[in-house]
Amino acid sequence: MLLFYNLIFLCYTMISIRNLTFSRGNRKIFDNISLDIMPHKITAIMGPSGTGKTTLLKLIAGQLRPDSGTLLVDQKNVHQLSRTELYKLRKKMGMLFQSGALLTDMSVYDNIAFPIREHTQLPESMIRTLVLMKLNAVGLRGARDLMPSELSGGMARRVAMARALALDPEMIMFDEPFTGQDPISLGVLVKLIKKLNQTLHLSSIVVSHNVVETASIADYIYLISEGKVAGQGTPEELNTTKSDWVQQFMQGKADGPVPFHYPAQDINSDLLSNNAKL
Amino acid sequence: MNFFQSIGHSSLKFLAKLGRSSLFFSAILTGFGYTLSRPGLLIKQLYNIGVLTFWLIAISGLFVGMVLGLQGVYTLSTFGAESSLGIMVAASLVRELGPVVSALLFAGRAGSALTAEIGLMKATEQLSAMEMMAIDPLKYIIAPRFFAGFISLPLLAALFSAIGILGGYLAGVELLNVDSGSYWSQMQGAIDFHDDIINGVIKSIIFAWLVSWIALFEGYDAVPTASGISRATTRTVVTSAFAILLFDFLLTALMFGAS
Amino acid sequence: MPCKSLEILVGLFVSLCIAALFFLALQVSNYSDLQDNGSYTVNAHFENVGGLKSKALVSMAGVPIGRVTEISFDSDNYDALVKIRIDARYNNLPSDTSASILTSGLLGDKYIGLTPGGLDEFLQEGDNIELTQSALVLERLISQFLFNSADDDK
Ligand SMILES: Nc1ncnc2c1ncn2[C@@H]1O[C@H](COP(=O)(O)OP(=O)(O)O)[C@@H](O)[C@H]1O
Ligand SMILES: [Mg+2]
Repeated sequence: MLLFYNLIFLCYTMISIRNLTFSRGNRKIFDNISLDIMPHKITAIMGPSGTGKTTLLKLIAGQLRPDSGTLLVDQKNVHQLSRTELYKLRKKMGMLFQSGALLTDMSVYDNIAFPIREHTQLPESMIRTLVLMKLNAVGLRGARDLMPSELSGGMARRVAMARALALDPEMIMFDEPFTGQDPISLGVLVKLIKKLNQTLHLSSIVVSHNVVETASIADYIYLISEGKVAGQGTPEELNTTKSDWVQQFMQGKADGPVPFHYPAQDINSDLLSNNAKL
Repeated sequence: MNFFQSIGHSSLKFLAKLGRSSLFFSAILTGFGYTLSRPGLLIKQLYNIGVLTFWLIAISGLFVGMVLGLQGVYTLSTFGAESSLGIMVAASLVRELGPVVSALLFAGRAGSALTAEIGLMKATEQLSAMEMMAIDPLKYIIAPRFFAGFISLPLLAALFSAIGILGGYLAGVELLNVDSGSYWSQMQGAIDFHDDIINGVIKSIIFAWLVSWIALFEGYDAVPTASGISRATTRTVVTSAFAILLFDFLLTALMFGAS
Repeated sequence: MPCKSLEILVGLFVSLCIAALFFLALQVSNYSDLQDNGSYTVNAHFENVGGLKSKALVSMAGVPIGRVTEISFDSDNYDALVKIRIDARYNNLPSDTSASILTSGLLGDKYIGLTPGGLDEFLQEGDNIELTQSALVLERLISQFLFNSADDDK
C-alpha cells in the first residue's frame, strides 16, 4: 500500500528533491532540504536574499553538484545524467537568469532566435514569426533591433523571459522576474506567467521577493531560510499559519525570527574590536 | 615551515590549474568538428582575431625590418660585408623575430581581448545561459575562437617576416645603397626552405597554440568580477610572454642546436 | 550570419598572409632551387675536406650547378667521401671533370669548384670524380712556408 502510494507520488512530481545538502566553502547553503514541485502548477520559492534561491535553481538545472542527496527532474537524477542526456533535459527547461544573461554581441531579435536556430531546422520566416510572437508577449516587439547594452535592466529581463520561452519548454524557472519592473510591466508579467501556465500547461518555478504579486499567482509556496524549508503551503495556508517565521516574511516585518543580518558577531563587539585595531 | 608550506601550496595550485586547463583543451578539441560545420562562427572570429591584428603586425614588421636594415649596414660595414645584409635581415626575421615578436604582439592585442571577452561573458552569466539553452559554450564560443587564433598567428608571423624583409630592403638598399642584387641573391643562397622557413612556421604554430589556449583558459577560469577579469587579462599577457620565450628557447635548441 | 564585408575582409587577410608565405618560400629561401626538376648524384673522395659543410654550393665556372648533400668518413681509404648533387640540366659534364675545395673570399664559406675535363663520356648517377684537390688548410700552408723559408736560408 505504501509502495503504491509512493509510486503515485513519484509520477506526480515534476521535481523532487530529497535530503539535499550543498555547501559553498564552509557555509552550508542547504542542509538536508526536501521539496517537491508539481507539474502544471506555479510554485513560488521565497526567502531572504542570500539564502540560496538562485543556487537552488542552478542545482535543479544541473549546473551545480550537491554534496549529498538526490534531485529528480522528470524522474531523472540530474546529477547522474551524461552530458548529452543533461542537454536533452535542458531543452525542456527554460530559465530566466536573475541578471538576464543576454548574449551581448547579438541584437534582441537574434538573442531570441538563437536557441531556435541552434536546435531546429525551421526556415527563417517561421523563426521570425516565433520570435515576434514571444517578443510581443513581453511587450518588446518594437525593441527587436536594439542591442542588449541599449536596454534597461527591466527590459533586459523581459527579453530574457522571451528567450526562455523560445523553445516552448515544459518547465520554466524565473529567477526574480519582477525585480526592476515598473508597476505596469510588473502587472503584465504577473498575468503573463499565470497565462503561460494555464494555456501551455507549463510547470513554473518563480523565485521572488514580491510577496503580494507572487502569492496572487502561486499555487504553492516554499519559504526557505538558513538552508531549511521554513514554511510551505498554498498562499491561503501561509497567510493564516501561526508560525512567526512565515508571518514575518509574508508581512515584511523587520523584527522576528528571520534574521535581517548575514551571520555576524554582535555589533557592539564588532565595532569595538575595529576601534581597538585602529 | 611557512615558507615550505607556501611553496607546496602554490605548486599544488599550479598543478590543479594545469589539470583544469588540459581538460579544457581536450574539450576544445572535441569542438573541432562543430567549428568546421559552422564556418560562419570561424569567419567572425578570424575577423576579430586576425584582421584586427593585421595592421599592428604589418606596421611593426615594417619598422623592425627597417631597424634591422640600418643596424645591419652599420655593423656589417665595419667588416666590409654589407653585401650579406640580406642574410642577416632574413635569417633573424624568419627564424626568431617573425615568430616571436608577432606572437608577443598577438598576445597583447588578441590574447588579452579574448580573455576579457570570455571572462565578461562568464561574469554576466552568458556562458551559463548558453548551457541552460543546451548549447555547449565550449563548442559555440570557445572552439571557434581557439581555431581562429590557431590559424591567424602563423599567417600573421609570415606577414611580419615578409614585410620585415621588405623593410630591410627599404632601409639597406634604398637608403644606404647596399647592392640590390646581392641583398636578394645572398639571402636566397643562405636561407634554407626547410631549416629556416618551415622551422619558423612550426614555431609560430606552436606559439599560436600556446597563446590561444592560455588566453581562452584564463578567461574561462577567471574569477567573475571586475578585478578578477583584470587580473586574468594581465596573467594572459604575462604567461603568454613567458611561455613564448621559454618555448622559443626549447624549439631553437631542438631545431638549430643540432647542426 | 556574418555579413558580406566581413567575409571579404577575412578573405583578403588570409590571401595576403598566404602571399607573404609564398614570398618567403620563393623570393627569400632556396625553395625554387630545391625543387627537383631532376638531379643526379656523384661521389668524390677528398684527402681533407677542411671546413666543407653539407649544403655547400657546387659550382662550375663560378655558376652554382649543385649542392653537397652528404659528407662522411670512408674507413676503407681513410679519406672523406663527399656526395654531390648536380642539377639534371647539367648532364653533359665530362667524366674526367676534377673537383677542388675552394674558399669564397678570405674567410668565406668553403665550396666545391668543378673544372671540366676533355673526355666525350659524361658523368652519370653514382659515378666517381677521380681528380680531386683537397681544401687548403691554413696551418699546413703556414708551416710549409716556414719550412721552405728555413730551407732557403741555408
Ligand atoms: N559563486 C559563488 N561562490 C561562493 N559563494 C557564492 C557564490 N554564489 C553565491 N554564493 C553564496 O551563496 C549564497 C546564496 O546565493 P544565492 O543563491 O545567489 O542567493 P539568493 O537567494 O539571493 O538568490 C550567498 O550567501 C552567497 O554568499
Ligand atoms: Mg538570487
